[in-house]
Amino acid sequence: MATSEIRRNFAPAEDMSFDAIQGSRRLKGMLLVAFSILALAVGVGMVLTLLIDVLVRGLPWLDWQFLTSFDSRFPERAGILAAMVGTALTIVITVIVSLPVGIMSAIYLEEYARDNWFTRLIEINIANLAAVPSIIYGLLGLAVFVRFFGLNRSILAGGLTLALLVLPIIIVVSREAIRSVPNGIRQAAYGIGATQWQTVWHQVLPVALPGILTGNILAASRAIGETAPLVTLGALTFIPFLPKDLLDRFTVLPIVIFNWSSKPQREFHDVAAAAIIVLLGILLLINLLAIVLRQRLRKQF
Amino acid sequence: MPVLINVTQKERETEPISEEMGVVDRANVVLETQRLSVFYGNFKAIHDVNLSFQKNKITALIGPSGCGKSTLLRALNRMNELVPSARAEGAVLYRGHNLYAPNVDPVEVRRRIGMVFQKPNPFPKSIYENIAFGLRINGWKGSKAEMDDIVERSLRRAALWDEVKDKLKQLGTSLSGGQQQRLCIARAIAVEPEVILMDEPCSALDPIATLKIEELMIELVKQYTIIIVTHNMQQAARVSDYTAMMMMRPDRSGEVIEFDTTETIFTKPKDKRTEDYVSGRFG
Repeated sequence: MATSEIRRNFAPAEDMSFDAIQGSRRLKGMLLVAFSILALAVGVGMVLTLLIDVLVRGLPWLDWQFLTSFDSRFPERAGILAAMVGTALTIVITVIVSLPVGIMSAIYLEEYARDNWFTRLIEINIANLAAVPSIIYGLLGLAVFVRFFGLNRSILAGGLTLALLVLPIIIVVSREAIRSVPNGIRQAAYGIGATQWQTVWHQVLPVALPGILTGNILAASRAIGETAPLVTLGALTFIPFLPKDLLDRFTVLPIVIFNWSSKPQREFHDVAAAAIIVLLGILLLINLLAIVLRQRLRKQF
Repeated sequence: MPVLINVTQKERETEPISEEMGVVDRANVVLETQRLSVFYGNFKAIHDVNLSFQKNKITALIGPSGCGKSTLLRALNRMNELVPSARAEGAVLYRGHNLYAPNVDPVEVRRRIGMVFQKPNPFPKSIYENIAFGLRINGWKGSKAEMDDIVERSLRRAALWDEVKDKLKQLGTSLSGGQQQRLCIARAIAVEPEVILMDEPCSALDPIATLKIEELMIELVKQYTIIIVTHNMQQAARVSDYTAMMMMRPDRSGEVIEFDTTETIFTKPKDKRTEDYVSGRFG
């Protein structure tokens, strides 16, 4: 009965025209594909335009002098040494602080925390924190690290602020990595008398490590590109010296780019393009590192 | 039907099933459950299980899917507690000690009552490390040479040594399924447990690998006490000395309906349901 009903909804075989039906359906499909390609072209086109523009304008300025000089009022003498050192130190602090805190939080939430309303509240908050605009973190850093802890507008304050910024991301990706460890491994460890901590430390973490590290590296690369929180924090734009210690004032690459590109002289816009090339190069390298690391560690299985 | 169950239940409240049957040698009981019930949240998974497990014997737990065989097995070394909502009532006596007493550390329980799982689950580490890990975490202190010795001995006992002696540094996960399962058995016996629980250890293996594991069990039982959950009737008949038949009650909790020597269970079972099950009429 059911089959005959279905049949009734089709045209009878004798007066069915294959071309008409197939044609209109195929047209819809082709339209969708065309639209998808167009959408992709817009995205890729934008990036390519940006890249080509930056390369054309920046490459002539990119030389050894540019990498090893401090900022200057004269575009031909301006360099990014202070900014690169500032970026490097800030990121080192960010990673040193956020990595252990993030991983331990993830371990607690995945392996230890009981599933109750409090845990769920924490989870929701972490997910929300990951979506908070970065400038808010700048305000937080300003209030907590710069003012309350009296760290001034230092590298340390900047690194800690960025650590707060990436912490939710690190927790989320680390949890994901820990969750993907097969349960059989945990059971095997418990089955021979391992404590929960021995199980986590010796068996779960090593397996989750590739995922955790990849996530952390990507989080660090996000921190490198951040400008807003450090501007809010009061990082300098122009410094003709290298920081003496971690409590010294500093600047980072994105801020220098921001500063140069807002200057009236056209040459400085091109110098900014050169700095953008360096920043993109660093980010590309870091992402490459993440991919290589993941492949390397995955091979152990 | 419900009436029948009420009657058996009443009988059991006064007398544990194993004693009632008089099939086990009381002096040689290593592990014993007393009115053991396990719950997952509000759901009762097994109901009032009274069973005794004999030293140096293989006891098989058989029954249709969902009757609580694995739950019962995992309750014996407190592996169930890894499920957050799981809870046990009654007692599991190991040499007279109640494993569910408040002062008992489940970690110590699991070292003495080891486990082999359905799916081979070697650690993603070297074959050597798979064996050595259990010793290290249990505070074993000895020389490298002694460790080498224990690794070799464990692998020999698990009938795996000849196949892996030249590649101890290779990953345990690189072995074949049957070899992985024997590695898991070697890992379990390295920490010298007294009882080994096996949860359908051959269900992921081909017949030849299965045969090897069965031969291994018959060899191992000279030193250990083995309790095995199996879906494979022939396997239970081939390897085990005692068999417990489990069934699901109307409230979906599992209970032991018959316990006896394997020979009796397979040749002249008392319960009609056991007879139907072992002769392949259902399940």
